[in-house]
Amino acid sequence: MSFYQSHWVLTFLIFAPLVGAAFCLLVSVERAKWVALVTGLVEFVVAAPIFYYFQTASGNCSVTSPFGQTHPLPLFHNCVAAPWIPGWGIYYRLGLDGISLFMVLLTAFLLPLTVLGSWTYIQSRQKSYYAMLLALTTGVIGVFVSLDMFLFYIFWEMMLIPMYFLIGVWGGKERIYAAVKFFIYTTAGSLLMLVGILYLHLRYQVAYPGAGPTFSYFDLLHTPLSPTEQWFLFAAFAIAFCIKVPVFPFHTWLPAAHTQAPTAGSVVLAGVLLKMGTYGLLRFALPLFPLAAVDHRTVMLFMVLGLIGIIYTAMVAAVQPNSKRLVAYTSVAHLGFAILGIFAFNLQGIQGALILMIAHGVSTPMLFFLLGMLYERRHTYELEDFGGLAASIPIFAVMLVFAAFASIGLPGTSGFVSEFLVLIGTFRVHPWVALIGATGVIFAAYYMLPMVQKVIFNALKKPANRGIPDLNAREIAVLVPLVVVILWIGVFPQPFLQRMEPAVNHLVEQLQTAKSATASVALSAPASAPSHR
Amino acid sequence: MTLQFTSQTDYFWALLPEIVLSLWAMLVLLIDVFQKGHRSGPSRPIIAWLSLAGVVPTALANLWLMGPARTASPGGMVAADDFAIFTNFIILLAAALSILLSIGHVDEEEINRGEYYVLMLFGAVGMMLMAAARDLIVMFLALELMSISVYVLTGFNRKDPRSGEGAIKYFLLGAFSSAFFLYGIALVFGSTGSTNLSVITPLVGNGLAGNAMFLIGAALLLVGLGFKVAAVPFHMWAPDAYDGAPTPIAAFMATGVKAAAFAAFIRIFPIAFAGVYVSWHAVLWWLAVLTMFGANLIALTEGSVKRMLAYSSIAHAGYLLVALLSANPLGPAAFLFYLLVYTLMTVGAFGMVVANSRGGRERVALEDYAGFGWQQPLLGFAFAVLLFSLAGFPLTGGFIGKLYILRAALVSRQRTLAVLLVLASVISYFYYLRVVILMYMRPAPAEDSHRAIAVSGTTKFAVVAAAFLVLLLFFVPGPVLGAAQQSVASLFHTGSPLLGALH
Repeated sequence: MSFYQSHWVLTFLIFAPLVGAAFCLLVSVERAKWVALVTGLVEFVVAAPIFYYFQTASGNCSVTSPFGQTHPLPLFHNCVAAPWIPGWGIYYRLGLDGISLFMVLLTAFLLPLTVLGSWTYIQSRQKSYYAMLLALTTGVIGVFVSLDMFLFYIFWEMMLIPMYFLIGVWGGKERIYAAVKFFIYTTAGSLLMLVGILYLHLRYQVAYPGAGPTFSYFDLLHTPLSPTEQWFLFAAFAIAFCIKVPVFPFHTWLPAAHTQAPTAGSVVLAGVLLKMGTYGLLRFALPLFPLAAVDHRTVMLFMVLGLIGIIYTAMVAAVQPNSKRLVAYTSVAHLGFAILGIFAFNLQGIQGALILMIAHGVSTPMLFFLLGMLYERRHTYELEDFGGLAASIPIFAVMLVFAAFASIGLPGTSGFVSEFLVLIGTFRVHPWVALIGATGVIFAAYYMLPMVQKVIFNALKKPANRGIPDLNAREIAVLVPLVVVILWIGVFPQPFLQRMEPAVNHLVEQLQTAKSATASVALSAPASAPSHR
Repeated sequence: MTLQFTSQTDYFWALLPEIVLSLWAMLVLLIDVFQKGHRSGPSRPIIAWLSLAGVVPTALANLWLMGPARTASPGGMVAADDFAIFTNFIILLAAALSILLSIGHVDEEEINRGEYYVLMLFGAVGMMLMAAARDLIVMFLALELMSISVYVLTGFNRKDPRSGEGAIKYFLLGAFSSAFFLYGIALVFGSTGSTNLSVITPLVGNGLAGNAMFLIGAALLLVGLGFKVAAVPFHMWAPDAYDGAPTPIAAFMATGVKAAAFAAFIRIFPIAFAGVYVSWHAVLWWLAVLTMFGANLIALTEGSVKRMLAYSSIAHAGYLLVALLSANPLGPAAFLFYLLVYTLMTVGAFGMVVANSRGGRERVALEDYAGFGWQQPLLGFAFAVLLFSLAGFPLTGGFIGKLYILRAALVSRQRTLAVLLVLASVISYFYYLRVVILMYMRPAPAEDSHRAIAVSGTTKFAVVAAAFLVLLLFFVPGPVLGAAQQSVASLFHTGSPLLGALH
């Protein structure tokens, strides 16, 4: 079996950054960033061909249930299940499907860019900084490919530590407050999820006494749960994921963390960390507890929270005097769309949400990179300190306008495709939600365009804004790949949609089955050997 | 060899680890007398190393005991079982690490007397005996042997008034609690006619639930043990005693004493008194909740790292109580695993307090840790690992331990307790992380504020080794989990009606 058909590619992607991080700590200060850059490039170069192989190879995975039968898993690729703590049924179990594929690729894609983007921004404690940045990637990729609930939880929590240090050590003035808020908020949610995971694991053992302990995602999918149990477990998981997304009432940690984090921290936070929340909903919360998820009360709750996220945070964003804080709020608004798409429970909606996760994962990092570059020149994020920059730094101005358009979702950019799909998907089930949601696109223009105006247009009044250098080759090299991806998805999204379709279809099928089941009778699962898919 | 406990010889073999360590301690005492040139002069380093070496033959005897333990009869006054052996290893580990921490510290504090180490060894003997005791009288003797050694050690630094204050508080309240314990034994004896737990166990199952004398006796035992493990509201002595005691002794108290008292707790309540589970369950439940939340909330307000660690060790007693409440074999197994991790991380953390001293003064204020991580990378990293482990964060053994306890609690349908444990842990994140914040995110007052700390090689070794083992217990927990699970199997041999009574 070749590298790209086996799990080694995933294992490599998880652990290569960790090895790179160790090297960063060992080499001299001047070399640390080069080590990080090489690691990042290797990570990307190794990850990129997955996109190609994923298309040709249909999944060759199978899973052995605790009852000894082996079931094929046509949707999953690059699987492995090696014992780690076999006494508790904990395995090193990885796999990649159409939902996780792009998250892995996005993470690997952003890594070299974040290293390059930090090149001159980070002046202190560089060795530790780059080590943390690389270690963070290990955790994030691990989250996206783990199919053992225990392993997933470990990666989910592990990636908090590097992020905590990135914000707390290299962040702005209020960095400690932001770091602590970020850490406590996220762990408080995920600890409840841990209790949920454990409960599920034990419930499976009670239901199938002959099966032995297991944390495997594929086994736990078949845990017979009463509706009440589903409600509690869904709540435990959903709160953890909603904090991460963040969905409206749980979003207050995000502006603080984004504003205080160093540029690369904001980029990774917006680019991939937030997606761990929506990914968690799609991978775990919905398929594991479909009865609670498809209940119309749940759906309405999430639709309303999504709408509040879109409209309320857009209005909050519009009045922010701090540019970085403004962009932070736009993240909440964008991911509100993702929530709408996910809870539409149809192909367009969920595909739209997935594309949105990628689109937001390139357009928002681009904005953060640009603001970081501006900060290096002007040492401020306040909008009123800028003005007229189009005259002094034209390349920057062009890039900022492009990034703003991508963020608004102008046709031809990735944002348009994603929001369009989400709105179609939502319209098919809840037309009025889609109608209200569609105003969010207008709101996006309402907060984004004045920002662009205040930064690069207006009159060039402040003397400090004159004579600052325009973007250099390194900075352009950071931005160009992002531009390419934004345009690629905006113009030709088919290769992306096609790869996610089978996995999304399967998920939709699961949810629709649950929906029709709730309509007829309450669930009463027989305690026999479950069949796997 | 089969230990039938019908002759003295059987007891000799069953108590071999304790006997070896006692003889060794006496030998060290004797050598100390002869090596001293001047009465008030400090002891030579050889005494410390000799005391440390005493752990080795004791551990070997302990290891040897595993063979006879397999066939030992459950009827004796002491138990030669895997549970005692596992606990003994933990106590020896605590003693060894605490001695390592002491080696540089006693010179700095000018309390280098041979008796210091000898008392530690005698304390360890008491702890081991307590873990093995299956008769309430033996348990009481062990408790006194352990306690008196530790009372003296708490007040060992005579020049420091806080040391004396801590010792007197500890002694007075400890004496009180011993009296409670003794009175409890008397009442239990009065109602059952025996002090041997293996005799009491079947009696408790048969209609003692309504016997007021027995229940009062059980309640008094609970109070006595509650004092020793420092469960809220019986914890008042602990912060002052830990704060006043020489720091390595605080580490030894927080781990060894707690391990021994908890082992006795397990032998009495979930095992011997399983028949009246309903009567003590609610009391222990509230004790656990009060301990977890009370200690964690008070720890939030502490400005001294040493006192914060004292409250943290109280909070961990709360987590251990949750394990104890889980009325199934998973509970004691989770307890043993957690106790091991807890010992490593607590001794390691107190070790950092020992390490962070400068100019003969321990720097215990939170601000004294500002920027520590950057100037002392190895120690800083080790301390961060230990703090994350104390908080129960993944990648550390503390996480696996907490998970084990949660698992045990959920299996015995203690869902509320499991959720409360998690919430209490979230509170604890605040104060553990605060130290990490100081170490890495606040600037040091000067370029060399931490470079010049007087940290001895042995202290450094103990802290780093503890941190390494804590990490190892996360990545390779399998063997220890297996050992813990096996060790408790013997506890349930005595025909505890526990599982049957509950489900």
